[in-house]
Amino acid sequence: MVEHYVSLIVKAIFIENLALSFFLGMCTFLAVSKKVSTALGLGVAVIVVQMITIPTNNLLYTYFLKAGALSWAGYPDVDLSFLGLISYIGVIAAMVQILEMTLDKFFPSLYNTLGIFLPLITVNCAILGGSLFMVERDYNFGESVAYGFGSGIGWAFAIAILAGIREKMDYSDVPAGLRGLGITFMTCGLLAIVFMSFAGISL
Amino acid sequence: MKIKQLVLDPIVKDNPIALQILGICSALAVTVQLKNVFVMCAAVTLVVAFANMGVSLIRNHVPSSIRIIVQMTIIASLVIVAEQFLKAFVFDQWKTMAVYVGLIITNCIVMGRTEAFGMKNGPIESFFDGIGNGLGYSFILIVVGFFRELFGSGKLFGMTVFELTKDGGWYQANGLMLLPPSAFIIIGVIIWLIRTYDPSQVEESN
Repeated sequence: MVEHYVSLIVKAIFIENLALSFFLGMCTFLAVSKKVSTALGLGVAVIVVQMITIPTNNLLYTYFLKAGALSWAGYPDVDLSFLGLISYIGVIAAMVQILEMTLDKFFPSLYNTLGIFLPLITVNCAILGGSLFMVERDYNFGESVAYGFGSGIGWAFAIAILAGIREKMDYSDVPAGLRGLGITFMTCGLLAIVFMSFAGISL
Repeated sequence: MKIKQLVLDPIVKDNPIALQILGICSALAVTVQLKNVFVMCAAVTLVVAFANMGVSLIRNHVPSSIRIIVQMTIIASLVIVAEQFLKAFVFDQWKTMAVYVGLIITNCIVMGRTEAFGMKNGPIESFFDGIGNGLGYSFILIVVGFFRELFGSGKLFGMTVFELTKDGGWYQANGLMLLPPSAFIIIGVIIWLIRTYDPSQVEESN
Protein backbone atom coordinates (compact mmCIF):
# COMPACT_ATOMS: atom_id res chain seq x y z
CA MET A 1 0.00 0.00 0.00
CA VAL A 2 2.72 2.45 1.02
CA GLU A 3 4.72 1.21 -1.94
CA HIS A 4 1.91 2.24 -4.26
CA TYR A 5 1.96 5.81 -2.97
CA VAL A 6 5.75 6.04 -3.02
CA SER A 7 5.88 4.86 -6.60
CA LEU A 8 3.16 7.37 -7.49
CA ILE A 9 5.22 10.19 -5.98
CA VAL A 10 8.46 9.12 -7.64
CA LYS A 11 6.64 8.82 -10.95
CA ALA A 12 5.18 12.32 -10.58
CA ILE A 13 8.57 13.80 -9.77
CA PHE A 14 10.79 12.20 -12.37
CA ILE A 15 8.98 10.27 -15.06
CA GLU A 16 5.93 12.47 -15.49
CA ASN A 17 7.53 15.75 -14.49
CA LEU A 18 4.91 18.45 -15.08
CA ALA A 19 7.38 21.01 -16.36
CA LEU A 20 9.73 18.94 -18.45
CA SER A 21 7.58 16.13 -19.83
CA PHE A 22 4.17 17.82 -20.04
CA PHE A 23 5.32 21.43 -20.44
CA LEU A 24 2.96 22.81 -17.87
CA GLY A 25 3.59 26.09 -16.12
CA MET A 26 6.08 26.97 -18.84
CA CYS A 27 5.45 30.72 -18.86
CA THR A 28 6.39 31.19 -15.23
CA PHE A 29 9.01 28.47 -15.63
CA LEU A 30 10.82 30.55 -18.22
CA ALA A 31 10.05 33.99 -16.82
CA VAL A 32 10.86 33.49 -13.12
CA SER A 33 13.95 31.29 -13.42
CA LYS A 34 16.62 33.96 -13.53
CA LYS A 35 17.68 33.52 -9.91
CA VAL A 36 17.80 30.39 -7.76
CA SER A 37 16.36 32.09 -4.68
CA THR A 38 13.22 33.37 -6.40
CA ALA A 39 12.84 30.09 -8.26
CA LEU A 40 12.89 28.19 -4.98
CA GLY A 41 10.31 30.54 -3.46
CA LEU A 42 7.98 29.94 -6.38
CA GLY A 43 8.68 26.21 -6.20
CA VAL A 44 7.64 26.03 -2.56
CA ALA A 45 4.48 27.99 -3.30
CA VAL A 46 3.61 25.57 -6.10
CA ILE A 47 4.13 22.53 -3.85
CA VAL A 48 1.83 23.96 -1.17
CA VAL A 49 -0.89 24.97 -3.63
CA GLN A 50 -0.75 21.63 -5.47
CA MET A 51 -1.12 19.71 -2.21
CA ILE A 52 -4.23 21.69 -1.33
CA THR A 53 -5.98 22.10 -4.67
CA ILE A 54 -5.61 18.62 -6.14
CA PRO A 55 -7.24 16.81 -3.19
CA THR A 56 -9.94 19.51 -2.96
CA ASN A 57 -10.73 19.18 -6.63
CA ASN A 58 -10.72 15.42 -6.19
CA LEU A 59 -13.45 15.68 -3.53
CA LEU A 60 -15.38 18.12 -5.70
CA TYR A 61 -15.18 15.76 -8.66
CA THR A 62 -16.11 12.63 -6.72
CA TYR A 63 -19.05 14.10 -4.81
CA PHE A 64 -20.48 16.70 -7.17
CA LEU A 65 -19.35 16.56 -10.77
CA LYS A 66 -18.81 12.94 -11.82
CA ALA A 67 -21.65 11.17 -13.63
CA GLY A 68 -23.88 9.79 -10.87
CA ALA A 69 -21.92 11.60 -8.17
CA LEU A 70 -24.98 13.45 -6.94
CA SER A 71 -26.80 10.25 -6.03
CA TRP A 72 -26.24 11.06 -2.34
CA ALA A 73 -28.52 14.06 -2.83
CA GLY A 74 -31.14 12.06 -4.69
CA TYR A 75 -30.17 12.90 -8.29
CA PRO A 76 -28.48 9.76 -9.63
CA ASP A 77 -28.86 10.72 -13.32
CA VAL A 78 -27.17 14.10 -13.21
CA ASP A 79 -23.79 14.47 -14.93
CA LEU A 80 -22.15 17.80 -14.25
CA SER A 81 -18.70 16.90 -15.55
CA PHE A 82 -18.91 19.62 -18.23
CA LEU A 83 -18.70 22.15 -15.40
CA GLY A 84 -15.32 20.71 -14.44
CA LEU A 85 -13.03 23.39 -15.83
CA ILE A 86 -14.84 26.34 -14.36
CA SER A 87 -15.14 24.69 -10.93
CA TYR A 88 -11.50 23.67 -10.78
CA ILE A 89 -10.27 27.12 -11.69
CA GLY A 90 -12.70 28.57 -9.15
CA VAL A 91 -11.33 26.27 -6.46
CA ILE A 92 -7.78 27.15 -7.41
CA ALA A 93 -8.43 30.89 -7.35
CA ALA A 94 -10.26 30.63 -4.03
CA MET A 95 -7.61 28.41 -2.45
CA VAL A 96 -4.80 30.70 -3.52
CA GLN A 97 -6.69 33.65 -2.05
CA ILE A 98 -7.33 31.83 1.24
CA LEU A 99 -3.74 30.65 1.42
CA GLU A 100 -2.57 34.19 0.86
CA MET A 101 -4.72 35.52 3.67
CA THR A 102 -3.76 32.73 6.07
CA LEU A 103 -0.06 33.18 5.41
CA ASP A 104 -0.38 36.92 5.78
CA LYS A 105 -2.03 36.47 9.19
CA PHE A 106 -0.07 33.60 10.72
CA PHE A 107 3.25 33.33 8.86
CA PRO A 108 4.11 36.86 7.74
CA SER A 109 7.75 36.00 7.08
CA LEU A 110 6.82 33.21 4.64
CA TYR A 111 4.20 35.51 3.13
CA ASN A 112 6.83 38.14 2.45
CA THR A 113 9.18 35.64 0.85
CA LEU A 114 6.52 34.29 -1.49
CA GLY A 115 5.26 37.79 -2.24
CA ILE A 116 3.87 38.19 -5.72
CA PHE A 117 4.27 34.53 -6.59
CA LEU A 118 1.14 33.48 -4.80
CA PRO A 119 -1.37 35.37 -6.97
CA LEU A 120 0.68 34.41 -10.02
CA ILE A 121 0.06 30.77 -9.26
CA THR A 122 -3.65 31.05 -10.12
CA VAL A 123 -2.72 31.27 -13.78
CA ASN A 124 0.05 28.71 -13.62
CA CYS A 125 -1.12 25.88 -15.83
CA ALA A 126 0.80 23.32 -13.79
CA ILE A 127 -1.82 23.73 -11.07
CA LEU A 128 -4.85 23.34 -13.30
CA GLY A 129 -3.03 20.66 -15.29
CA GLY A 130 -2.42 18.68 -12.11
CA SER A 131 -6.14 18.72 -11.35
CA LEU A 132 -7.06 17.71 -14.90
CA PHE A 133 -4.59 14.81 -14.87
CA MET A 134 -5.99 13.73 -11.52
CA VAL A 135 -9.47 13.56 -13.06
CA GLU A 136 -8.27 11.89 -16.23
CA ARG A 137 -6.44 9.16 -14.32
CA ASP A 138 -9.24 8.60 -11.84
CA TYR A 139 -7.16 8.94 -8.68
CA ASN A 140 -8.88 8.36 -5.34
CA PHE A 141 -8.44 10.80 -2.47
CA GLY A 142 -5.25 9.29 -1.03
CA GLU A 143 -3.66 9.02 -4.45
CA SER A 144 -4.55 12.60 -5.27
CA VAL A 145 -2.75 13.82 -2.12
CA ALA A 146 0.34 11.84 -3.14
CA TYR A 147 0.10 13.06 -6.72
CA GLY A 148 -0.27 16.69 -5.62
CA PHE A 149 2.83 16.38 -3.46
CA GLY A 150 4.88 14.60 -6.12
CA SER A 151 3.93 16.84 -9.00
CA GLY A 152 4.60 19.97 -6.95
CA ILE A 153 8.05 18.71 -5.92
CA GLY A 154 8.79 17.76 -9.52
CA TRP A 155 7.95 21.22 -10.80
CA ALA A 156 9.95 22.95 -8.04
CA PHE A 157 12.87 20.63 -8.76
CA ALA A 158 12.82 21.46 -12.45
CA ILE A 159 12.66 25.25 -11.99
CA ALA A 160 15.47 25.11 -9.41
CA ILE A 161 17.71 23.24 -11.86
CA LEU A 162 16.93 25.65 -14.67
CA ALA A 163 17.58 28.67 -12.47
CA GLY A 164 20.93 27.22 -11.40
CA ILE A 165 21.95 26.72 -15.00
CA ARG A 166 20.84 30.21 -15.97
CA GLU A 167 22.81 31.78 -13.15
CA LYS A 168 25.95 30.06 -14.40
CA MET A 169 25.12 30.97 -17.98
CA ASP A 170 25.36 34.67 -17.18
CA TYR A 171 29.09 34.25 -17.56
CA SER A 172 29.02 32.66 -20.98
CA ASP A 173 29.14 34.38 -24.31
CA VAL A 174 25.82 33.69 -26.02
CA PRO A 175 25.14 34.89 -29.61
CA ALA A 176 23.17 38.14 -29.55
CA GLY A 177 19.93 36.80 -31.01
CA LEU A 178 19.84 33.87 -28.62
CA ARG A 179 20.55 35.84 -25.48
CA GLY A 180 17.95 35.46 -22.77
CA LEU A 181 14.86 33.66 -23.95
CA GLY A 182 16.32 31.79 -26.91
CA ILE A 183 19.11 30.05 -25.08
CA THR A 184 16.76 29.32 -22.19
CA PHE A 185 14.49 27.44 -24.57
CA MET A 186 17.39 25.35 -25.80
CA THR A 187 18.55 24.66 -22.25
CA CYS A 188 15.04 23.48 -21.44
CA GLY A 189 15.15 21.21 -24.47
CA LEU A 190 18.36 19.60 -23.23
CA LEU A 191 16.94 19.32 -19.71
CA ALA A 192 13.83 17.66 -21.10
CA ILE A 193 16.01 15.14 -22.95
CA VAL A 194 17.76 14.39 -19.66
CA PHE A 195 14.45 13.87 -17.93
CA MET A 196 13.30 11.56 -20.70
CA SER A 197 15.95 9.10 -19.66
CA PHE A 198 13.91 8.55 -16.49
CA ALA A 199 11.10 7.24 -18.64
CA GLY A 200 12.82 3.88 -18.86
CA ILE A 201 12.30 3.29 -15.15
CA SER A 202 9.32 1.04 -14.60
CA LEU A 203 7.59 1.27 -11.25
CA MET B 1 -4.16 52.41 -33.07
CA LYS B 2 -5.03 51.10 -36.46
CA ILE B 3 -6.73 47.75 -36.72
CA LYS B 4 -4.27 46.53 -39.34
CA GLN B 5 -1.43 47.25 -36.98
CA LEU B 6 -3.22 45.48 -34.13
CA VAL B 7 -3.62 42.37 -36.22
CA LEU B 8 -0.22 42.29 -37.91
CA ASP B 9 2.13 43.50 -35.18
CA PRO B 10 1.95 40.43 -32.93
CA ILE B 11 2.96 38.11 -35.75
CA VAL B 12 6.67 38.97 -35.89
CA LYS B 13 7.27 42.29 -34.19
CA ASP B 14 5.59 41.56 -30.88
CA ASN B 15 5.07 37.83 -30.98
CA PRO B 16 3.32 36.45 -27.89
CA ILE B 17 5.51 33.35 -27.71
CA ALA B 18 8.85 34.65 -28.92
CA LEU B 19 8.84 38.00 -27.14
CA GLN B 20 6.12 38.22 -24.51
CA ILE B 21 6.73 34.68 -23.11
CA LEU B 22 3.01 33.91 -23.14
CA GLY B 23 1.23 30.68 -23.95
CA ILE B 24 4.17 28.36 -24.25
CA CYS B 25 2.83 25.17 -22.69
CA SER B 26 0.46 24.27 -25.46
CA ALA B 27 2.92 25.45 -28.10
CA LEU B 28 5.15 22.58 -27.12
CA ALA B 29 2.64 19.90 -26.38
CA VAL B 30 0.26 19.84 -29.35
CA THR B 31 2.74 20.33 -32.18
CA VAL B 32 3.46 16.72 -33.13
CA GLN B 33 0.81 16.79 -35.86
CA LEU B 34 -0.26 19.73 -38.00
CA LYS B 35 -3.90 18.69 -37.78
CA ASN B 36 -3.93 19.19 -34.03
CA VAL B 37 -2.02 22.44 -34.44
CA PHE B 38 -4.76 23.92 -36.60
CA VAL B 39 -7.54 22.89 -34.25
CA MET B 40 -5.65 24.31 -31.29
CA CYS B 41 -4.82 27.57 -33.08
CA ALA B 42 -8.41 28.13 -34.11
CA ALA B 43 -9.60 27.49 -30.57
CA VAL B 44 -7.02 29.77 -28.97
CA THR B 45 -7.49 32.60 -31.47
CA LEU B 46 -11.25 32.65 -31.02
CA VAL B 47 -11.03 32.42 -27.24
CA VAL B 48 -8.50 35.26 -27.02
CA ALA B 49 -10.50 37.46 -29.35
CA PHE B 50 -13.83 36.99 -27.62
CA ALA B 51 -12.40 37.03 -24.10
CA ASN B 52 -10.60 40.25 -24.87
CA MET B 53 -13.78 41.76 -26.27
CA GLY B 54 -15.88 40.54 -23.34
CA VAL B 55 -13.50 41.89 -20.75
CA SER B 56 -13.28 45.17 -22.60
CA LEU B 57 -17.07 45.53 -22.68
CA ILE B 58 -17.40 45.34 -18.91
CA ARG B 59 -14.09 46.95 -18.00
CA ASN B 60 -15.69 50.09 -16.58
CA HIS B 61 -18.07 48.21 -14.31
CA VAL B 62 -15.64 45.84 -12.58
CA PRO B 63 -13.82 46.89 -9.41
CA SER B 64 -10.14 46.18 -9.85
CA SER B 65 -9.89 44.01 -6.72
CA ILE B 66 -12.02 41.27 -8.26
CA ARG B 67 -11.08 41.71 -11.89
CA ILE B 68 -8.92 38.59 -12.05
CA ILE B 69 -11.75 36.33 -11.03
CA VAL B 70 -14.17 38.09 -13.39
CA GLN B 71 -11.73 37.61 -16.26
CA MET B 72 -11.28 33.98 -15.26
CA THR B 73 -15.02 33.41 -15.38
CA ILE B 74 -15.34 34.90 -18.85
CA ILE B 75 -12.36 32.93 -20.14
CA ALA B 76 -13.47 29.68 -18.54
CA SER B 77 -16.96 29.95 -20.02
CA LEU B 78 -15.53 30.55 -23.50
CA VAL B 79 -13.15 27.62 -23.13
CA ILE B 80 -15.98 25.34 -22.06
CA VAL B 81 -17.88 26.34 -25.20
CA ALA B 82 -14.80 25.66 -27.32
CA GLU B 83 -14.20 22.33 -25.61
CA GLN B 84 -17.76 21.11 -26.02
CA PHE B 85 -17.69 22.22 -29.64
CA LEU B 86 -14.49 20.31 -30.40
CA LYS B 87 -15.80 17.27 -28.55
CA ALA B 88 -18.90 17.33 -30.73
CA PHE B 89 -17.30 17.95 -34.14
CA VAL B 90 -13.68 16.78 -34.13
CA PHE B 91 -13.75 14.10 -31.47
CA ASP B 92 -10.50 12.38 -32.56
CA GLN B 93 -8.43 15.51 -32.22
CA TRP B 94 -10.17 16.43 -29.02
CA LYS B 95 -9.20 13.07 -27.54
CA THR B 96 -5.50 13.42 -28.35
CA MET B 97 -5.24 16.89 -26.81
CA ALA B 98 -7.99 16.81 -24.20
CA VAL B 99 -6.07 18.28 -21.28
CA TYR B 100 -4.51 21.03 -23.36
CA VAL B 101 -7.85 22.34 -24.59
CA GLY B 102 -8.91 22.79 -20.99
CA LEU B 103 -5.61 24.45 -20.30
CA ILE B 104 -6.45 27.30 -22.67
CA ILE B 105 -8.03 28.80 -19.53
CA THR B 106 -4.67 29.23 -17.93
CA ASN B 107 -2.93 29.88 -21.22
CA CYS B 108 -1.23 33.09 -20.31
CA ILE B 109 -1.91 34.58 -23.75
CA VAL B 110 -5.58 34.93 -22.89
CA MET B 111 -5.05 36.26 -19.39
CA GLY B 112 -2.11 38.40 -20.47
CA ARG B 113 -3.98 40.10 -23.29
CA THR B 114 -7.20 40.71 -21.33
CA GLU B 115 -5.14 42.19 -18.52
CA ALA B 116 -2.77 44.22 -20.68
CA PHE B 117 -5.07 45.27 -23.51
CA GLY B 118 -8.74 44.45 -22.89
CA MET B 119 -8.86 46.29 -19.57
CA LYS B 120 -7.63 49.49 -21.21
CA ASN B 121 -9.13 49.63 -24.70
CA GLY B 122 -12.47 49.54 -26.45
CA PRO B 123 -14.19 46.29 -27.45
CA ILE B 124 -13.46 46.50 -31.20
CA GLU B 125 -9.75 47.15 -30.80
CA SER B 126 -9.61 44.43 -28.16
CA PHE B 127 -11.25 41.94 -30.48
CA PHE B 128 -8.67 42.58 -33.18
CA ASP B 129 -5.82 42.59 -30.71
CA GLY B 130 -7.03 39.13 -29.69
CA ILE B 131 -7.12 37.98 -33.31
CA GLY B 132 -3.62 39.35 -33.90
CA ASN B 133 -2.13 37.65 -30.89
CA GLY B 134 -3.92 34.44 -31.78
CA LEU B 135 -2.33 34.65 -35.23
CA GLY B 136 1.11 35.32 -33.75
CA TYR B 137 0.68 32.24 -31.60
CA SER B 138 -0.56 30.23 -34.58
CA PHE B 139 2.43 31.32 -36.68
CA ILE B 140 4.92 29.80 -34.22
CA LEU B 141 2.83 26.69 -33.69
CA ILE B 142 2.43 26.04 -37.40
CA VAL B 143 6.16 26.40 -38.07
CA VAL B 144 7.01 24.08 -35.19
CA GLY B 145 4.30 21.61 -36.17
CA PHE B 146 5.42 21.64 -39.80
CA PHE B 147 9.01 20.67 -38.97
CA ARG B 148 8.07 18.18 -36.29
CA GLU B 149 5.60 16.30 -38.45
CA LEU B 150 7.71 16.45 -41.62
CA PHE B 151 10.96 15.28 -40.08
CA GLY B 152 9.45 13.18 -37.32
CA SER B 153 7.10 11.06 -39.37
CA GLY B 154 7.69 12.15 -42.97
CA LYS B 155 4.13 13.41 -43.30
CA LEU B 156 2.15 16.62 -43.55
CA PHE B 157 -1.47 16.61 -42.38
CA GLY B 158 -1.18 12.82 -42.19
CA MET B 159 -0.23 12.49 -45.87
CA THR B 160 3.12 10.96 -46.73
CA VAL B 161 5.69 13.39 -48.12
CA PHE B 162 8.89 11.50 -47.38
CA GLU B 163 8.60 7.75 -47.88
CA LEU B 164 9.87 6.15 -44.67
CA THR B 165 12.52 3.42 -44.74
CA LYS B 166 10.27 1.11 -42.81
CA ASP B 167 7.75 1.31 -45.67
CA GLY B 168 10.46 0.76 -48.25
CA GLY B 169 11.23 4.45 -48.91
CA TRP B 170 14.40 6.46 -48.45
CA TYR B 171 13.71 8.63 -45.42
CA GLN B 172 14.88 7.53 -41.99
CA ALA B 173 12.47 9.15 -39.53
CA ASN B 174 14.05 11.41 -36.95
CA GLY B 175 12.63 10.08 -33.69
CA LEU B 176 13.76 13.11 -31.70
CA MET B 177 11.29 15.29 -33.60
CA LEU B 178 8.39 13.28 -32.22
CA LEU B 179 9.60 13.79 -28.68
CA PRO B 180 8.78 16.90 -26.66
CA PRO B 181 12.33 18.34 -26.33
CA SER B 182 12.55 19.00 -30.08
CA ALA B 183 9.83 21.65 -29.74
CA PHE B 184 11.96 23.62 -27.30
CA ILE B 185 14.90 23.57 -29.66
CA ILE B 186 12.84 24.54 -32.71
CA ILE B 187 11.28 27.46 -30.83
CA GLY B 188 14.74 28.48 -29.68
CA VAL B 189 15.88 28.59 -33.29
CA ILE B 190 12.77 30.54 -34.36
CA ILE B 191 13.48 33.12 -31.65
CA TRP B 192 17.05 33.34 -32.88
CA LEU B 193 15.89 33.97 -36.45
CA ILE B 194 13.27 36.55 -35.44
CA ARG B 195 15.80 38.44 -33.34
CA THR B 196 18.40 38.36 -36.06
CA TYR B 197 15.81 39.84 -38.41
CA ASP B 198 14.75 42.42 -35.84
CA PRO B 199 17.72 43.21 -33.55
CA SER B 200 15.67 45.56 -31.37
CA GLN B 201 14.27 42.47 -29.62
CA VAL B 202 17.69 41.27 -28.46
CA GLU B 203 17.98 41.18 -24.68
CA GLU B 204 20.71 43.05 -22.82
CA SER B 205 23.35 40.85 -21.27
CA ASN B 206 23.93 41.54 -17.61
